[in-house]
Amino acid sequence: MMTAVADPLSKRRIRARNYLKKYWTLYAMLLLPIIYFIVFKYIPMTYIQIAFKKYSIVKSPWEMPWADNYGFEYFIKAFSNRDFLFALRNTIMLNFLDLLVGFPAPIILAILLNELPYKRFKRFTQTVAYMPHFLSWIIVSGLAVQLFAPTSGLVNIVLNRLGFESIPFLNDSAHWVWTYVFLGVWKSVGWNTIIYLAALTNIDPQLYEAAAIDGAGRLRSIWHITLPGLRPTIITLLILNLGRILGSEFDRPYALSNNLVNNVSNVIATFIYTNGIRGLQFSLTTAVGLFQSVVCVIFLFTANALAKKFGERGVW
Amino acid sequence: MIKTKRSKAGDLFVAFLCFLLVLACLLPMLNIAARSLSSAQALIRNEVTIWPKGFTLDAYKAVLSDSKYTWSLVWTAYLTVIGVIVSMTMTTLCAYPLIYDKLKGRRLINGMILLTMYFNAGTIPTYLLLKDLKLLNRPAVLVIPYCLNVFNMIIMRSFFYGIPDSLRESAEIDGAGPVRILIHIYLPLSKPVLATLSLFYAVGRWNGFSDALMFMNKREYYPIQLLLYNILKSITSIDIQTQEGFTAPGLTQSLQAATVMFATVPILFVYPWLQKYFIHGATLGAIKG
Repeated sequence: MMTAVADPLSKRRIRARNYLKKYWTLYAMLLLPIIYFIVFKYIPMTYIQIAFKKYSIVKSPWEMPWADNYGFEYFIKAFSNRDFLFALRNTIMLNFLDLLVGFPAPIILAILLNELPYKRFKRFTQTVAYMPHFLSWIIVSGLAVQLFAPTSGLVNIVLNRLGFESIPFLNDSAHWVWTYVFLGVWKSVGWNTIIYLAALTNIDPQLYEAAAIDGAGRLRSIWHITLPGLRPTIITLLILNLGRILGSEFDRPYALSNNLVNNVSNVIATFIYTNGIRGLQFSLTTAVGLFQSVVCVIFLFTANALAKKFGERGVW
Repeated sequence: MIKTKRSKAGDLFVAFLCFLLVLACLLPMLNIAARSLSSAQALIRNEVTIWPKGFTLDAYKAVLSDSKYTWSLVWTAYLTVIGVIVSMTMTTLCAYPLIYDKLKGRRLINGMILLTMYFNAGTIPTYLLLKDLKLLNRPAVLVIPYCLNVFNMIIMRSFFYGIPDSLRESAEIDGAGPVRILIHIYLPLSKPVLATLSLFYAVGRWNGFSDALMFMNKREYYPIQLLLYNILKSITSIDIQTQEGFTAPGLTQSLQAATVMFATVPILFVYPWLQKYFIHGATLGAIKG
């Protein structure tokens, strides 16, 4: 025993043994999650090299031959592919409109709910407004197709009875884009207020009292108290949203699209599905996916750095 | 809320705006419910708004007698239960050890997990991996590939952080190991977050569509959303219509409505009861994420 303590190496070994004896179960617990992350998140990353190689069904990604043009053949092909360029344009357009309309919407709703003095009605409104978040895009598209049908849909029936022409909400490109944006707001506005409402509970109620004593009306106290209180949350979410400007949802455009609006409804995610999994152009679509991921990361970091430069907290 | 000098008219105007939102959320649901309960004739004459015309349960009978649809509902319910069990187990196994600051290698493991939130390999690499693992078209592909959600793990971990360390330390002095502490202290205290995350995972599986579309070719394993998608698209494509077994033309509209109702109603009955929990959970995740 004496010699063991005197020798620093075995001292460390004893400490390590005690440590493991106490905490080995924690490592045992982490084993499955770590295997999960390695197998399903990190091993796929080794498949990214397919973007730079000629895909072959019989070879592993490591053995496939390099593509032409120093491996960038498929990136060049993507950017000369008309469908991809359309998908790129549509992704940016739809995300930009989403940001423009969908980002302020929950802020406005949270302020409205905050101004609502009727407690029970407020709770009811919240419960109802959270509902669309729990519906899948398939269900929402089912609702939308029935609601907005040119002759039999409720909205157009009402429009007709009021003496207006039917509107082709989902069957005409320009209308489809706005219907897409509107449905996105409808589905997420309630849910997205949760975070803002949580931020509002941190505002000191005495501020409102003081403002009222100073004669500030409703709009002034919203402008000078509520909005500044929401500012850090708004900035954080704005950064995350800017990082997603080239990201694309799959279910939403895929479920809402139809043959009449393909020119505006095809986005990067649907391009990857139709040309990759359906069309088997694996190298091309892996290249497109890599381009998208890399741009997303760059945007996220840039937005975060900009926010920090302007003295905001940033995401991390 | 303190009463400041705010006009009654302003309060009413705000309430009116909120009421419009409530209408916007409820009317589509009422419309679809009315359609599912209306007669084919009334639907063809465009008479149905938010109240059933020519009340009939034919559409529901037709859907329930369609074995593909009822099987898919049962199958999806089964997948949802299995999925929630697997996901909650994995999420707990991942979140709990990471709250021990004495755990060596914690930063590395943390970083490795968080990195996957910002950068992922993409659809095609994941697809090709599943193909190489021979998981494509197997039922397991609807459970395993997305069973652990990093965002949900962070929510659970933040909740665990909120439980006082002193509880854990005193249990350690009494000789309890990490597993006992998890089972006897952490899990019983974490019911709100367990309920929230179970709801998130359950809704995720019940509503899951793209994984089935991409990874599952066998009709007998189609989850409800994929089948529903095919049914809803069937109005424009006659061969899917005959494939899925709905052929009576007059019934199509109310049938579509009834299929949507079946896929929606289970969720609508569950979420309001868990509201006070998931609000907390969603806030935790958003702040720490």
